[in-house]
Amino acid sequence: MYQKDGEKYFVVDSHMHYWNAAPDNWVEGAEQYAKGWIECFHAYQGLGPPETHWSIEHFQKYSEDDLMKDVFEDGYVDVAVFQPTYLKEWYKEGFNTTERNALMGEKHPGKFIYNTRFDPRDGDEGMKELRANVERFGSKGVKLYTAEWNKGSRGYKLSDPEAYKFLAAAQELGIKNVHVHKGPTIWPLDKDAFDVSDIDHCATDFPDLNFIVEHVGLPRIEDFCFMATQEPNVYAGLSVVIGGLMHARPRFFAKVMGELLFWVGEDKMTFGSDYGIWEPKWQIEGFVDWDFPDSEDYSDYPRLGTAGKKKILGLNAAKLYDIEVPAELRLDAGEGSPAAQDDAQLVGGA
Amino acid sequence: MSPPATTGSRAGGPGVHSAPPGPAGQRPGTPQLLAALETVRDPELDEPITALGFVASCTVSADGDAQVRLRLPTYFCAPNFAFLMVADAYDAVTALPGVRRTEVMLEDHFASDVINGGVAARAGFARSFDGEAVGELDQLRADFLRKAVMAGTDQVCRPLLAAGTSPAALAEMTLGELPPSRAADRLRQRRADLALPSGDDAPLLIDPATGATVGEQGLPLHLRRARTTRVSIEANAGVCRGMLAHRYQTPGLGEEEDQ
Repeated sequence: MYQKDGEKYFVVDSHMHYWNAAPDNWVEGAEQYAKGWIECFHAYQGLGPPETHWSIEHFQKYSEDDLMKDVFEDGYVDVAVFQPTYLKEWYKEGFNTTERNALMGEKHPGKFIYNTRFDPRDGDEGMKELRANVERFGSKGVKLYTAEWNKGSRGYKLSDPEAYKFLAAAQELGIKNVHVHKGPTIWPLDKDAFDVSDIDHCATDFPDLNFIVEHVGLPRIEDFCFMATQEPNVYAGLSVVIGGLMHARPRFFAKVMGELLFWVGEDKMTFGSDYGIWEPKWQIEGFVDWDFPDSEDYSDYPRLGTAGKKKILGLNAAKLYDIEVPAELRLDAGEGSPAAQDDAQLVGGA
Repeated sequence: MSPPATTGSRAGGPGVHSAPPGPAGQRPGTPQLLAALETVRDPELDEPITALGFVASCTVSADGDAQVRLRLPTYFCAPNFAFLMVADAYDAVTALPGVRRTEVMLEDHFASDVINGGVAARAGFARSFDGEAVGELDQLRADFLRKAVMAGTDQVCRPLLAAGTSPAALAEMTLGELPPSRAADRLRQRRADLALPSGDDAPLLIDPATGATVGEQGLPLHLRRARTTRVSIEANAGVCRGMLAHRYQTPGLGEEEDQ
């Protein structure tokens, strides 16, 4: 819980990790990829405030104690959602598996939600693993990384027939939330790997699943916005938006927030720190303090008030994951009705 | 940064006409090489690779052997866009009078070897990434030119609206009626690259996918989309610049700060 100026914010970190990317976990012969991946993540951390930067050694492998301190003790988070990313072609035990997350989380009851994952290219074995993970860890959500390398394949689309089989199976197993993370590779490589149109198809065909598009489709924010505005079950995951832009590029951050508030709306935006890329503390403090710069450039974007920030920081994700929110941290009836899209002037600068 | 003098796309061939001429009858030097590279854009960010800081070095020997080293913000930057930049750089440098041999090396990238080898062998994308790609990258390039047209539309329309031009007047405007600006030139050039109407009498507001005129009714949504596209590209460029700065401590040749 975060408290500022008499307001209390229930915080759900809906996108965070507990990884091991140290050399002891690198697959022999794939060291360059394992190293390249974690160095790329580390460069993202460079977009946060300098005093929050870690050494590459610490970044490769942080401890359970580090996580508990950074996320809960210092970081104000009430409940955190673990999002696994396997990458077993590069990391021996996986980069950040459901099991690794849960083994740690079990020691801290009530603090964590364990999402699992699937890869449509894994066939029957993958289906078995999904079933076993949901049963064992009680997962209500999955994290899908479409750019994962898998036996010579450089990725997949969610609209592939195999992906549909897995989505249907996941839904049957009780999965409600599908977090999608697009990456730079896909099959075939001549197409745009970041394209989000496959999510558009899934969202229409699986109306009872929620699709949370992490880092709001960055680098395709516009395609994401145009799609999300038409699909009631598509959400904007703010991982990378707050961490990567709020400190490093405050003007772009304001514009991206403005676009998201306009097209997607504060009821469908969720905070995710992307820990260990960025610590939640500075993100939450900065976000609660944040407002649009005082300039004509931003005048036609919908405003974001305290109630909207409460929703984005925790209440929206609490709904998605049926997390019990203490009464004093909920919104009062009628509080926080978002500004209607029509209220925003369509033509800026006029 | 000066606007690229020619299309910079496969369709029109790489342009090098903006390169300052070398001493008469002599080999090109680094300034000419750099000017040629300035015509090469990151197709995703629609900015010259020089301004973005992607040119690590470029040299040319007394015999006319040119060598260019490129670098990107991350090890995992999308290989299709990386390929386009390396191929375009190769074409732009090769077209310089006096260049005998060109070598373009992308450094520190997961697909460096495949891309560098494929471009040097003029193998095309699909052959270079055998089995992983089914086609060339023309469609991808065109998709991003259309985004550039949308972003450019916001760039030219926003000041007009701020200065009091009515939406009705804007909907009727032609490219020739735009006040001269770099953004206007750029918009016209991107439309020409896509073989969309780009003459003085062409309507200012068109759908870049179909070429159809937008009209007053469709204008508010069109401008909203234009703005979002611009914000997206600029935010993306901001992240890329930040990552590059973290990865390499020295600026690239011709690198420029963003606004």
